[in-house]
Amino acid sequence: MKAGTNLEKILESGQFAVTAEVGPPKGSSPAVIRRRGELVRNSVDAVNVTDNQTAVVRMSSVAGCAILKTLGVDPIMQIVCRDRNRIAIQSDVLGAIALGIGNILCLSGDHQRFGNHPTSKSVFDIDSMQLIQALKNMRDEKQFISGEEVSGEVPIYIGAAANPFADPFEFRVARLAKKVKAGADFIQTQAVYDVDRFRRWMEAVCERGLDKEVHILAGVIPIRSVGMARYMRDYVAGVTIPDEIITRLEQAEKAKEEGVRIPLEIIEQLKEIPGLHGIHIMAVGWEDIVPEVVERAGLLPRPVL
Amino acid sequence: MIVAEQKSIEEISRMIEPYGKVLILGCGTCMTVCDAGGEREVSFLHSALDLAQARSGNGVHSFSEYTIKRQCDLEFLEMLLGRIEDVDAVLSLGCGVGVQAVAERFPDLPVLPGVNTYFMGMPKEWGVWDERCTACGDCRLGDTAGICPITRCTKGILNGPCAGTKNGKCEANKDMDCAWVLIYQRLERLQQLDNMRRYYPPRNFRTIPRPRRIVSKATVEVGVNNE
Repeated sequence: MKAGTNLEKILESGQFAVTAEVGPPKGSSPAVIRRRGELVRNSVDAVNVTDNQTAVVRMSSVAGCAILKTLGVDPIMQIVCRDRNRIAIQSDVLGAIALGIGNILCLSGDHQRFGNHPTSKSVFDIDSMQLIQALKNMRDEKQFISGEEVSGEVPIYIGAAANPFADPFEFRVARLAKKVKAGADFIQTQAVYDVDRFRRWMEAVCERGLDKEVHILAGVIPIRSVGMARYMRDYVAGVTIPDEIITRLEQAEKAKEEGVRIPLEIIEQLKEIPGLHGIHIMAVGWEDIVPEVVERAGLLPRPVL
Repeated sequence: MIVAEQKSIEEISRMIEPYGKVLILGCGTCMTVCDAGGEREVSFLHSALDLAQARSGNGVHSFSEYTIKRQCDLEFLEMLLGRIEDVDAVLSLGCGVGVQAVAERFPDLPVLPGVNTYFMGMPKEWGVWDERCTACGDCRLGDTAGICPITRCTKGILNGPCAGTKNGKCEANKDMDCAWVLIYQRLERLQQLDNMRRYYPPRNFRTIPRPRRIVSKATVEVGVNNE
């Protein structure tokens, strides 16, 4: 075991994992994190806490994770490279481990122009690939990026993102391979709406044997309204939603119900895809729906290890 | 070349307010090519400032104009002798380097920047300039098919593309090409895609301890070209 987290145990034991996401509040209330954590705790194996997603200032991911930890939830701390340099990031990683956080997901970070501080300076001292490698070196070589020694153990289960829908499609598997080589233990993908394209990507992943080296969890986003779908299609970086899904929502009598039915159908298809080891439900701001999605997808009860 | 854009008349008017006699100083190199501060722009700005003054009814300034070959070269600044003795300030349409060179050469003379200096780049089409180089001091263009990710990727990442690229465009700006897609396409064309499969470690930002200085060994130590 690299970190001995619940997520690691589930994935390494070969079971189909389910993770969810909790968005921290634009405020200092721990109660918000607790409430959202309580909502999903029995339906999933681990919970991501976003790091100022879409470049909007929120409570820090490390604090959110620490609060989830008190509920017995296995947190996945997200780290973006947009806001901190290598000194701050490595320091936060050590702090997270000290607080008992074992899963860390490495991300580039959405550009700050979409957020609530568009005039801010971005950092990108290191990129997501270099962050993965840095965590691996901290854990396996006991070394900081500088090469200097880290004292004590650095147990981390390293996560990374993959977007099978971004350009260039042909390079997306090569990029995944690069992340695996850099040290990723698990992958959470961008939301899947185009299952055919995702299946083709997974075929290429399996052809290269990457499914044996890393655990891939497919991203799923329940859609609350047609407006949300259009917004995601047009403004959320990296998300691709085919027109037929938008049309289906537009024509549905109850868009909200359809917005749950669509991801459920997608999950049904995802479960059949060889090499896929789980799903990651991103229902930020609609955490209440997660238990229903997991239950209706036939993924309850979650295994206790 | 260095690319800049002229400041607004309002901002320039505010800056020159304390000064009576103002020399509008153009630059004959980059600022001429990017239409920000060459001889033509100096003349236009002169007319515009005269007009603004006439409209406001406060005729307090008198302007003169002159353009030298390069403001960033102390040698060319000697041409200003005989023209600046009776002015109260120089309004430089040189880039930030030019403004500072004038200030350095003439310690008693106020120098005001008439342009905002943006980047090192090239003309893309008529009236359009694109940034190309960040002067990072650690050139990677050999690995990236001659397309700079430090400058042209909005995140400046070395292991791109990130997950935000859509239809070949950048997540930060749908009109802007994703530099990493361009790099991919050109590497593919050159049959060098392995360059992109390789891992690039974190950058060494010690190559840019500001301000930087380049010393030519041949010139300074050996004395070549040093008459």
